[in-house]
Amino acid sequence: MSIKVPESDWFKPPTGSERLWVGVALVWCIVMFLAMPYWHFKGKQNSTGESYAVTPAEFMERVNRFVETNKVGEENGIPIVEPSPGGDAYMVGQMWRWYPILKLKEGQTYRLHISSVDLQHGFSVLPININFQALPGYDHVLTLTPTSKGVFQVICNEFCGIGHHLMTGRIIVE
Amino acid sequence: MGNFLEGRYRTCNTTGLPVCLDAQFFIRAHAVVAVVFFLIGAVAALLLALTRWSAVHLLSAMWFYRVLTLHGLNMLIFWIIFFEIAILYFAGTSLLNTRLFSRRVGWVAFVLMVVGASMVNYIVLIGKGDVLMTSYVPLKAHPLFYLGIIFFAVGTLIAVFNFFATIYIAQRDKTYQGSMPLVAFGALAAAIIAVLTLLHGATVMIPSFLWSLGLIENIDAGWYRLVWWGLGHPSQQINVAAMVAVWYFLATLTTGAKPLNETVCRVAFVFYILFINLASAHHLLVDPGLNASWKIWNTSYAMYLAVLASMIHGFTVPASIEVAQRLKGFTRGVFNWLTSAPWGDPGFASMFLSIVIFGFIGGITGVTIGTEQINIIAHNTLRIPGHFHGTVVGGTTLAFMGLTYYVVPLIFQRDFYFKKLARIQPYIFASGVVLLSLGMSFAGSYGVPRRHWDVNFTGAPLSAGFDAAAHFMLGLLGIGGILTFTGALIFILLTVAAVFFGKSVAGQPFSGWQPAEKFKLSMEIFARKKDETFEAIAHKVPGTVVLVFVLLISFMVYYFANWKALADVWFVR
Repeated sequence: MSIKVPESDWFKPPTGSERLWVGVALVWCIVMFLAMPYWHFKGKQNSTGESYAVTPAEFMERVNRFVETNKVGEENGIPIVEPSPGGDAYMVGQMWRWYPILKLKEGQTYRLHISSVDLQHGFSVLPININFQALPGYDHVLTLTPTSKGVFQVICNEFCGIGHHLMTGRIIVE
Repeated sequence: MGNFLEGRYRTCNTTGLPVCLDAQFFIRAHAVVAVVFFLIGAVAALLLALTRWSAVHLLSAMWFYRVLTLHGLNMLIFWIIFFEIAILYFAGTSLLNTRLFSRRVGWVAFVLMVVGASMVNYIVLIGKGDVLMTSYVPLKAHPLFYLGIIFFAVGTLIAVFNFFATIYIAQRDKTYQGSMPLVAFGALAAAIIAVLTLLHGATVMIPSFLWSLGLIENIDAGWYRLVWWGLGHPSQQINVAAMVAVWYFLATLTTGAKPLNETVCRVAFVFYILFINLASAHHLLVDPGLNASWKIWNTSYAMYLAVLASMIHGFTVPASIEVAQRLKGFTRGVFNWLTSAPWGDPGFASMFLSIVIFGFIGGITGVTIGTEQINIIAHNTLRIPGHFHGTVVGGTTLAFMGLTYYVVPLIFQRDFYFKKLARIQPYIFASGVVLLSLGMSFAGSYGVPRRHWDVNFTGAPLSAGFDAAAHFMLGLLGIGGILTFTGALIFILLTVAAVFFGKSVAGQPFSGWQPAEKFKLSMEIFARKKDETFEAIAHKVPGTVVLVFVLLISFMVYYFANWKALADVWFVR
């Protein structure tokens, strides 16, 4: 009993409604588990965590090379970069910007590498609301296919110091 | 037979339980300190709500993050763990009919906890620890920040040791016959989870401390997150286990309820111990470094048995109340037992509202956003605090408030002033939390980030922002925050007034919240053996069945709606 010792024969299976509920709840819990492997194979949105070790300096070098090779314009002095469809794209989080601006094509698939060169950052694309973590030392590869056109905002949703709210970026999908 | 020392115990005039006076001292000390930290956290909460409400935007960026750090640590760690240790002192002694193992050990634990918590708060307030509660590396705080947390954790471990040692001497002296009471069992589950949690804490905080001193060069950001969340989320499961134990306790005290089936309740507590760590993976679902199989397995252990445990308690507690009420003669219809429950008793109201908010808001949202793929549209948005304000504030804190309405008269032996205010306090607090949590959750659905000072991104080189609907939800958050704070403040003032200036009720039975004869009837129902009448009513509890199926249907709707929302976003692997 709750505040007194129970009867000595308390060890017995549930009966009636209680038994029904335990059974129904267990089935629901198993359904919720099965939904994940199902979506992993059948669904289009997954978090596979593909990643490789990289030092911040190395990653920055790759970003710069990517910008140099694929730059197609500028906005507010920030390069706009258009990777080739099916190819690699880079976006680096640093205090306090997402760099560079990406120009992608609707329906094309890209290997988008995100990482941080200082603190932890949160890669958040709005208004579609996709969120992934960017960590220093990790090259996090998202195999991404934009399915809608427009100008999308990238913001940081992991606290990264006093200028956290200034950290923005952009993805343009045509 | 009890093993109390001569003159070091008394018998409670209300419940008939023995009270070890040494344990009583520590219950009082920990409860008072808990409320002090709760006050700090609550003032911080108000300031934060008034900043996130974009039309008000009260604090500066620097103070927002500083106050946010303060709020997280004081609410999630200090208030709750101090209160839980108070519960351990009570459950370990009174319920097991034993004296406390050691006063000295109790003092060491208490002093370490107070010193640690004060150090952390001092460092944060002087601006040397603007790292938020998670202190994610490479964000760096002053070494004393980490040391304070280590002190607090070690103090807590020592207090938990005192609890285990108390159980040991109770066993040795055979102070009770058979299995321990369920509430003590729940407290034991909480204590075991606390040990697991604090070991994770040591694993991550000791290297962080050495790193802040410059003795370790580098801490891997992914490793830190993995281990820190072994502290961060399971520490909230100490709360869940303790909260459920409090539900059972208050259900008994306010209605005379007792569990239908002890085995089911106890196995559910064991599930918490074995499987609760799955929740720590919920924070890593969109992290690099961990693959899909790791994420899918660790976020569920294949069948979410910790979730099953909560779904079980969500049935057994109302069901036990339903049976007790029906035994009292409230047998009409499906819900007469519930409508005739003692809603004016703040202990009962807090407990029942806590169950409802924990289940419908905290539970449903938590399991859904802790689904591997759905986390993509939830991670680090305001949906996350929307979830855990439903569990920790609407669930745990409200339950602990309900318990306080009995701790003050029974342990402090003081009476409350302004009882009418106390009777409505749980409703004010609960409605505030509901608004707050819904405001956060819906704002989060638009992608509004958590832990963010300015969602208008004023001054950012590339503009960003949200539409009016998201700002409306942030307004809801603000209003909910004000209401919750009002409820919290009423609670604090009533408690402080009663503890320090209340009339003594020592030596007399307490029935301040319900008429004496109702309380007597409840205790009589509780003391009755489980006879055939009991079993017959317990076999089918129609009211509770309706309630839990409403929960399940809401759960399913919310869960599948989220899969639908996920299916609409860009393709990503």
